[in-house]
Amino acid sequence: MNIVIASGKGGTGKTTVAVSLALSLKNSIYADCDVEEPNGCLFLNRSSESMKTAYRLLPEIDFKKCDFCGVCASVCEFNALSVLPDQVLLFDELCHSCGACSYFCPKKAIRETEAPIGTIRYGRVLPEEIAYIEGRLNVGEMMAGPLIDQVKKSLNPENINILDAPPGTACSMVEIARDADYCLLVTEPTPFGLHDLKLAVKVLRILRRPFSVIINKALETSNLIEHYCEQERIPVSLRIPYSRELAEGYSRGKPAVHIFPEMKKQFHALIIRIKNSIEKPVTENAT
Amino acid sequence: MPHNNSKYRQIVIVSGKGGTGKTTLAAALCELFENRVVSDTDVDAADLHILLKPEILERHEYSGGNKAVINRELCTGCDLCEEYCRFDAIHDYQVDPLACEGCGFCVRLCPENAISFPKAISGFFQESAIKNGEFVDAELLPGSGNSGKLVSEVKKSAAALASQNQRAWLIVDGPPGIGCPVNASLTGTDLAVIVTEPTVSGLHDLSRLIELTQRFRIPSAIVINKSDLNPENTKNIQKFAESENIPFLGIIPYDDVVLKALISEKSVINFPDSSAAVHICQVYKNILELLENQK
Ligand code: SF4
Ligand code: SF4
Ligand code: SF4
Ligand code: SF4
Repeated sequence: MNIVIASGKGGTGKTTVAVSLALSLKNSIYADCDVEEPNGCLFLNRSSESMKTAYRLLPEIDFKKCDFCGVCASVCEFNALSVLPDQVLLFDELCHSCGACSYFCPKKAIRETEAPIGTIRYGRVLPEEIAYIEGRLNVGEMMAGPLIDQVKKSLNPENINILDAPPGTACSMVEIARDADYCLLVTEPTPFGLHDLKLAVKVLRILRRPFSVIINKALETSNLIEHYCEQERIPVSLRIPYSRELAEGYSRGKPAVHIFPEMKKQFHALIIRIKNSIEKPVTENAT
Repeated sequence: MPHNNSKYRQIVIVSGKGGTGKTTLAAALCELFENRVVSDTDVDAADLHILLKPEILERHEYSGGNKAVINRELCTGCDLCEEYCRFDAIHDYQVDPLACEGCGFCVRLCPENAISFPKAISGFFQESAIKNGEFVDAELLPGSGNSGKLVSEVKKSAAALASQNQRAWLIVDGPPGIGCPVNASLTGTDLAVIVTEPTVSGLHDLSRLIELTQRFRIPSAIVINKSDLNPENTKNIQKFAESENIPFLGIIPYDDVVLKALISEKSVINFPDSSAAVHICQVYKNILELLENQK
């Protein structure tokens, strides 16, 4: 079961929530899919770590076979190839690894080779004994898709997987949310939070994923988010109060459940509710 | 985007991660800098308009590329397209537009010519009027890729406005992260103001962002937001800045007024007695001084 923790914008506390959820469960897997800025590991007490390199495919041209016909450049939608009279140039950062050029090259002169784009780390978290997986994109690397794919492939669908999604609603967030069993949207009670929450809701409705909202930094004085959720009939599944203590803990790499251990129960109960609603779906908005 | 050689100077506000207070600082600087064009290149979640309350002058459609569409009447069900699509976008002879990367492979592959490849609208960008200047921001439709290209469009339009109207400044509220929209936001800038916070993740993301700005030789300087949340980490960041030879613009203490200002849809600079506002004014002065020395 894949539960995706997302937020329309960064800094709403998505990672704290994701880590806290994972730590509140037995046998869960925390998967950091925020590959541009994987931060979850900073909040986890990790052990027995292993690492592997993640690759993507890039075309490589065999100049013994190439006759500079220009077909490859003409089939590349991303202008990643440029054919000169005696040379073919590849702009790595523009290539989306689609495979069209190698398929259509009439001379079979293009081979695809693996180029490193990042790393995937695996390990266990003590003392909770949960597993974690982290995808980390190399600095300067622009294509997050293949890396996110590989992180997702290493998850076990039998487990409860908590996927920490990148902020925003762009392609990498969609990549993670599109086949999620459930999504939790973390937001904060500001006009920014509300605005970005609306964007994220739009995406999840297009993707038709069941979801609910977690209000972080909740204030007694603001019911901005509650009001919106009520109107849209979106369940609010948890409120985490605004607290300087949590912010300070966060600054030292402490997840919410380590600062307020009693929150574990709430997180645990939330997952059980989600699990039940997935196994016995009632309506989109069932909590 | 050509390097900025016109008279205005360009400042981009970025942060390695979201939620460091980047937009809070950006909104405040927008009020402090006079005679400027402002642009919001956080196209995934453009927020600055909430505070600036712009009046839209012109709205443009933006297309990041094409998307495949299968014509079921021509399709004979050979499954080639599904097999070759690297993005898992085709199932049951239907293209999922959210998954389609727009590579056109299937379009060329289909033996029946059953796949068309129309241009897809992936967002909008708009030019607006704000007090004492112009504002350009954008909206990317959910799930659209290629936000780097949209960022370039936004910046092009903002640069044109700045030259046309002889503005002194172009202030850019950049996206978080280190990915391709960040890159596109940073091109041609005179100064990248990096907002960070003294959290373990802040320091971590900061170093990744610095790696990027150094690789592309972009002059940068650091501001620490919520500095008193963790004085030790604040010191570490200052030391880090020193060791990397990156100018330090100042600190902004943790201040409840920031959240209150946000809730009332105002920049914190409108609460001039607040500690956040006082410190932001100092940051502003330091930016001016730094750019003066850069000349
Ligand atoms: S299509 Fe093949 S033969 Fe033609 S230019 Fe490209 S690599 Fe060379
Ligand atoms: S793999 Fe696709 S994107 Fe990359 S160069 Fe070839 S055709 Fe272009
Ligand atoms: S390749 Fe063309 S004919 Fe074959 S399944 Fe796809 S759309 Fe249909
Ligand atoms: S255009 Fe490319 S990504 Fe889109 S469906 Fe066709 S093969 Fe897949």
